[in-house]
Amino acid sequence: MSSTLLIIQTLNGLQLGVLLFLIAAGLTLVFGVMDFINLAHGVQYMLGAYLAAMFVAWTGNFFIGIALALICALAFGLLLEVVVMRHLYDRDHLEQVLATFGLILFLNEGVKIVWGAAPLQVPIPDSLSGTIRIADGVLYPVWRLAIIGSGLMVALGLYLIVAKTRVGMLIRAGATNAPMVSALGVDIRRLFMIVFGFGAMLAGFAGSMAAPVFSVEPGMGDNLLILAFVVIVIGGIGSIRGAFIGALLVGLVDTLLRSFSVDLLRLAGLSPSDARTIGPAIASMSIYILMAAVLFFRPTGLFPAKG
Amino acid sequence: MTAPILSLNNLHKAYGALKVTDGVSLDVGAGELHAIIGPNGAGKTTLISEITGEVALDAGTVTFDGADVTALPVHARALKGLTRSFQITQVLPGFTVLENVATAAQAHDGSSFRFFRSAGADRRLNDTAMAALAEVGLAARAALPAASLSHGEKRQLEIAMALVSQPKLLLLDEPMAGMGREETERMVAVLMALKGRYPMVLVEHDMHAVFRLADRISVLVYGQVIASGSPEAVRADPAVREAYLGEEEFG
Amino acid sequence: MAETPASPPSLPPTPPLWRRLWLPVLVFALLALVPFVWGERFILGLVTRAMIMAIAALSLDLILGYGALVSFGHAAFLGLGAYAVAILFSHDIVDAAIAFPVAILVGAGFAFVTGAISLKTRGVYFIMITLAFGQMAFFTATSLSAYGGDDGLRMFHRSEVFGTRILANDTTFYFVVLGTLAGCFVLLKMIVGSRFGRVLRGAKENERRMRALGFDPFRYRLAAYVIAGAICALAGALFANLGMFVAPAYMTWQRSGEFIAMVVLGGMGTLIGPIIGAIGVTLVEEWLAALTQHWKVIFGPMVVLVAIFARGGIVKLLERVAGK
Repeated sequence: MSSTLLIIQTLNGLQLGVLLFLIAAGLTLVFGVMDFINLAHGVQYMLGAYLAAMFVAWTGNFFIGIALALICALAFGLLLEVVVMRHLYDRDHLEQVLATFGLILFLNEGVKIVWGAAPLQVPIPDSLSGTIRIADGVLYPVWRLAIIGSGLMVALGLYLIVAKTRVGMLIRAGATNAPMVSALGVDIRRLFMIVFGFGAMLAGFAGSMAAPVFSVEPGMGDNLLILAFVVIVIGGIGSIRGAFIGALLVGLVDTLLRSFSVDLLRLAGLSPSDARTIGPAIASMSIYILMAAVLFFRPTGLFPAKG
Repeated sequence: MTAPILSLNNLHKAYGALKVTDGVSLDVGAGELHAIIGPNGAGKTTLISEITGEVALDAGTVTFDGADVTALPVHARALKGLTRSFQITQVLPGFTVLENVATAAQAHDGSSFRFFRSAGADRRLNDTAMAALAEVGLAARAALPAASLSHGEKRQLEIAMALVSQPKLLLLDEPMAGMGREETERMVAVLMALKGRYPMVLVEHDMHAVFRLADRISVLVYGQVIASGSPEAVRADPAVREAYLGEEEFG
Repeated sequence: MAETPASPPSLPPTPPLWRRLWLPVLVFALLALVPFVWGERFILGLVTRAMIMAIAALSLDLILGYGALVSFGHAAFLGLGAYAVAILFSHDIVDAAIAFPVAILVGAGFAFVTGAISLKTRGVYFIMITLAFGQMAFFTATSLSAYGGDDGLRMFHRSEVFGTRILANDTTFYFVVLGTLAGCFVLLKMIVGSRFGRVLRGAKENERRMRALGFDPFRYRLAAYVIAGAICALAGALFANLGMFVAPAYMTWQRSGEFIAMVVLGGMGTLIGPIIGAIGVTLVEEWLAALTQHWKVIFGPMVVLVAIFARGGIVKLLERVAGK
């Protein structure tokens, strides 16, 4: 295992972590404030990628395309909130899980009808294409660094909003005790709508940033959704800080073990063939084991927002 | 007095700076009805929960029926015969009244890891349950879902569940709370009939009922026992009078 | 006391037998008639698959409907049972007398370990951790390169039964599956009505009360989880035999979601409901897929509507109609 590869994979892990954070942030707020499990959050990510692909192709300008995609992602999130989600807030978790599961089936198939089943490609804008030398003999794509950078900026912005503004205060209060906030005369429905739309937009942003790196295809949000759930469960539901730490942890552990588990097992004394068999299995299970371990010792995650 | 059934020795519990139980020691003798009174927020319900094990103590020991139970979880203490009723009634709302009591009886009738025989058709459990329901005056309601009972009837149901739990001590947390005059009278009659058969710890705000029922009264204020003794002695205690000053319900 | 009756108290009456049994009798009678009325291979295979899904849904109902434990990783047990049979098959252990018990034990073992961890958590955490364990099983299967990895694993023929190949006949296999379904139904019916089942249901009604009565809900829930895992793994063993093929796709989280949809649609906590739900969902899927390749655009909103409006499921609906 070379140090070059280690640096590159660490950066890749950070990039995955940042994307996960963008998805998990909305998920954990919706969860924390409304006690609502939204499985359909992953399709918001997918939709962001599709919208970006479409608008970038239409306008021919990457940045205008992304901006339009964000606006549409927000609008779609609000539409979803009005049409489906708000009927589910005071239901059981079971009914929420089932309804949003149905939404996933619908939307994953819907994008196939609208955009076709074949993966779409989104070109990286010229100004951010190419690679950059980050150490001796280590080249890294600028676009991926841009993902990391913009994700970190959003994280900072989100932290400031939640920690310093009035809306942020209401969100934090809502995550701890929603009836109380409601009793204080705040329009909790509007707060829910804002949080939901905002969360949808963040997921859409993650999708549009990821579009040039991954292929844009139906179901692309499903696996990330599950990773995002792992993130917020590890971090503690309702906690932005927990989501951030959890996202980086999951991104790094998953990426690094996927590339180094075989080598690590060989270092641990396994034969090459055994290591090649067991390594990938361990790598793909690692974050779930991590999550199980965290929950075993801290049943409400690392940074529980409630209680 | 013979050996006490329940002994609390120097119990302490604090939530942050708030001491809810501050050095409480008291004994409940065999066959005794021991009432705990005190103003709101004195820590009475917390004390009950410490005895049952729902609230973990910071310090102190709970001795029940000759054994130290401080380290035991709730269900293990319950199996030893430490039986409670709740201030806010806790029944199994979707079960019938009969099945509520039969479930309580089942806990003391061998292992519940029995998978095949129908529990609903179990004569022994049902007969035990019906007898207890008759005793608290709920026999006519046996087939109804517990959720359909009135507030007072749910309290009676809780007493019936306690009776079949082979109790060695009954912990009754405000059994008359939220009841009307008539329902209260009925509950006092039920408790009068049980008095002497089971030792009881009674937390109650209805002073009229407490002074009719109790053999001994302990007064809890800010987590401390400020007085303990016969109803007459407690009534005359100046510290108690001071703590209750202005509360007209007293005496 | 005010209302002590003069005669010794008598037990409340139980509803008549036909009221409790008409629906299961009807469902199983219809299923038994299928091979005689629609003998085509395709229909037979389809209904067999529906019945296998019904066994899985039935097992989920034990923990979901009677224990209020929303497990979102139930498909893992189906996959484990199927893989156990197929992997043994690839090592020339082809007799069901060995492979099926092994499958059941694997399911029970996985349920015991993951249940012991998951059941320490509550609510959404439980949903998520079961989902995560399900994903773990899925990814493990995809990385089993010795057993086909992503592509899955083929069996050359169905399991033998004490050296005979009687399961090779589709009609025989149909009745074996139907018999297993009926057996599981009766078994679970007994379990939920037993002392054990009563504690499980009680813990769903009011956990605090059950503790105060002297029950430790964790032990009963874990036992129920293990029973459910074992039965679902048995469904998996049958599923592997149906198509003579296993693949990681058997344990996707979407399938776990479908199981939940089956149970809720049919009627949680009724046992017969999940059977109806599973058969209904499987047939509707097949029917929609024949209409359009984009059948999920129709099926998805149906699931949403079930979630929002299907309080009590099909069984409650039928009972209301029959009660009139």
